Amino acid sequence: MSTEATAAAIGDKIRCDACPVMCYIKPGAAGACDRYANHDGQLVRVDPHIVLERTVEHGGRLVPFQVSGDWDGKIVHQSDIFVTAIGAGTTYPDYKPAPFIVSSEIDGVDMVTVVTEGIFSYCGVKVKIDTDRHLGPETATVRAEGEAVGHVTTGEYGSQMLSLGGVHHLTGGSKKEGRVTCDTLMDLSNCKPVELTIDGGATVVVQAGHAPIVNGMQEERMRVGCGSATIGMFAKQWHGKVDEVVVVDDHITGVLSEHQAGKLLDIADTGIKMKGRRSTPGRYFQVAEPGTGWGGTKISDPLSVLGPFDPREARPGLTMLMVSTTGEHAAYYVLDEALRPVETNMPLDLKLSVERIQENCEPALCTVLFMGGAGGSLRAGVTDNPVRLTRSVKDALTRVTSGGAPVYVWPGGGITFMVDVTQMPAGAFGYVPTPALVAPIEFTMRLSDYAALGGHMDYVRPLTSLRDTAEVRPMPYIPGRRA
Amino acid sequence: MKRPPQIALLPDGKRLHLQDGPIDLIVEAKGSAREVRAAYEVAAARFTGLLDELCAELVELRKAAHPLHCSLHGLVARRMHAAVAPFAGNCFITPMAAVAGSVAEEILGVMLRVARLDRAYVNNGGDIALHLAEGEQFTVGLIDRPDSQGLMRTLVIGAGDPIRGIATSGRHGRSFSLGIADAVTVLAKTASVADAAATIIANAVDLPGHPAVTRLPANELQPDSDLGPRLVTRDVGALSESEIERALEAGADCARGLLAAGLIEGAALRLKGETLVVGTRGPHADRRHEGLIQA
Repeated sequence: MSTEATAAAIGDKIRCDACPVMCYIKPGAAGACDRYANHDGQLVRVDPHIVLERTVEHGGRLVPFQVSGDWDGKIVHQSDIFVTAIGAGTTYPDYKPAPFIVSSEIDGVDMVTVVTEGIFSYCGVKVKIDTDRHLGPETATVRAEGEAVGHVTTGEYGSQMLSLGGVHHLTGGSKKEGRVTCDTLMDLSNCKPVELTIDGGATVVVQAGHAPIVNGMQEERMRVGCGSATIGMFAKQWHGKVDEVVVVDDHITGVLSEHQAGKLLDIADTGIKMKGRRSTPGRYFQVAEPGTGWGGTKISDPLSVLGPFDPREARPGLTMLMVSTTGEHAAYYVLDEALRPVETNMPLDLKLSVERIQENCEPALCTVLFMGGAGGSLRAGVTDNPVRLTRSVKDALTRVTSGGAPVYVWPGGGITFMVDVTQMPAGAFGYVPTPALVAPIEFTMRLSDYAALGGHMDYVRPLTSLRDTAEVRPMPYIPGRRA
Repeated sequence: MKRPPQIALLPDGKRLHLQDGPIDLIVEAKGSAREVRAAYEVAAARFTGLLDELCAELVELRKAAHPLHCSLHGLVARRMHAAVAPFAGNCFITPMAAVAGSVAEEILGVMLRVARLDRAYVNNGGDIALHLAEGEQFTVGLIDRPDSQGLMRTLVIGAGDPIRGIATSGRHGRSFSLGIADAVTVLAKTASVADAAATIIANAVDLPGHPAVTRLPANELQPDSDLGPRLVTRDVGALSESEIERALEAGADCARGLLAAGLIEGAALRLKGETLVVGTRGPHADRRHEGLIQA
């Protein structure tokens, strides 16, 4: 959206100097090029152009349509035909109606291409942030530039989840809320970093495909498992090297000597006393408040989750490893004569076990799924009877892609889909000042299904000339069911 | 001020994309690799600075064209004037009505001067200049409205046909329309004349004073519009079948006149889902195939 062009204000009009036409542009209007617009007195680049340009790149070069070949072989492998015929591989946009667009892509057969872009008012992003750190309570408002753009939703394994955008933030609130939401969605969808602040929680910089930065600290790893799972995974490696291990975790903190895994190894009781609520032996909930410290808790001193050792079982010289679920935090203690843990240099083999935990933690990433619904006008373009396209999609006869990337089509009514923005070409998303997002969307289908939809058969004639299409049995693409 | 325009081959490696300000061209030439390269090089060279050349005379280009006299200097500007001059006696028209087609024609012209090409086109946002050597043909298709249901028509243009220009105008386009047509597509001998004629015919598809038609002064929408305070169509509400027919017929009358005068070779007029074709070479409709996929 940033532009090299500048604008001089004349009353409520601005004068664009992006090119020598030097258009005067009124608020809410675009210049002669349809690329630069006056948005609340600011010159912005609207540019559905880029979307299409990227789509072309995508279809033509970056990610060949149907690389996997598990669609209906011949037809779809003629990706140019399909892309062209349905518009995903369109030429540049023709803003005028009823454009003749001539191209000769396939053996001299001239094809007509149609601009493919959807304007989505009903859209948003689901953000998965791989961190155990507490970012904010569920349903807490997520803000960008102080404006509400979404909320914290139910967490997933090793990850915090945000649900951003949606029609209420886009068009239901103040003008600024709509604009900031739109900017946030577009930046996130275009894999740009966005700083989000959560009411009663953290500030997090989110960028698709990159590690989250929580309160200024870059997250390195996802936890290897919950504290209990970590005990289970590493119990054997700790056996004989240390008397007790506590894996600190906001979810389930694990204690080796009490845990089933420790019992199986005949690890002796240590008299350890955990805070929190015991779930099953060796597994504790709520040892501390959630936060951005050890294992997603707010603690910086791990000993604060322990009560005094039980003198009936503990003994001076007993050794204990405390470690977080990512191995990011670890400390080694030896009980003194008063049975108090005293931090001591960690023996090498325990250091190695901590490194092993780290090694087994996947890199923490932010992932962004764009989610939008193809509305009436989008579908109406396909057929006189838009529901037929919906049905065709539901019956897995028509495949939906976004910028060539596979999508998951949500079951039920309409065509609501999700797509991983990192699979899409750079800058695939644009916006219109409505505000709403502009995203590429393509429908791909078999020739016969296209005909059944009332498709234009003259147009796809080149497909019928492909010799062996009739013998190829299509394997319907079933969203979400691919290996 | 020589801003370098955007000059790039499209990812297919065959088509050339030229963009500068509001001008956006897709160029494709067929011929030997050497000839095509020469054609693209000269196209890019001619394109560079072309917008500045036009803008230098922009004030004059935005004024109503005189039917006989032309005070413009630039080659493209003069072509724009020549294209609209035949219409200027009877109605208000500025050379800007032919800008897209004239630019397409200019670029195709320089390409053909340096290279021997089997066929080529320059597509300027839907206004297209064509070249066909003997024995060559183009199959072109017509999309009704990119933002709505489409109607597909196809047309084969052969080297023997006089058509070398195709243009579309209507109220959904980037330029304002005085009429209510969704789209008028014109086939003509040159792209510049097709462009001007499409504007004129689209303006003629109209129901003057109809309450369902919302009109606003052009300069309230675009302060520097060449149409000044003339009322341009912003919205068209519900129309009865007979009203649609009446509006299309008004445009068709105009188109038939231009056809008889030899200015155009054919036209397809579209309003509210109804289509009227003028001229035997109008794109033929294939009703079975209505409903073009797009999104």
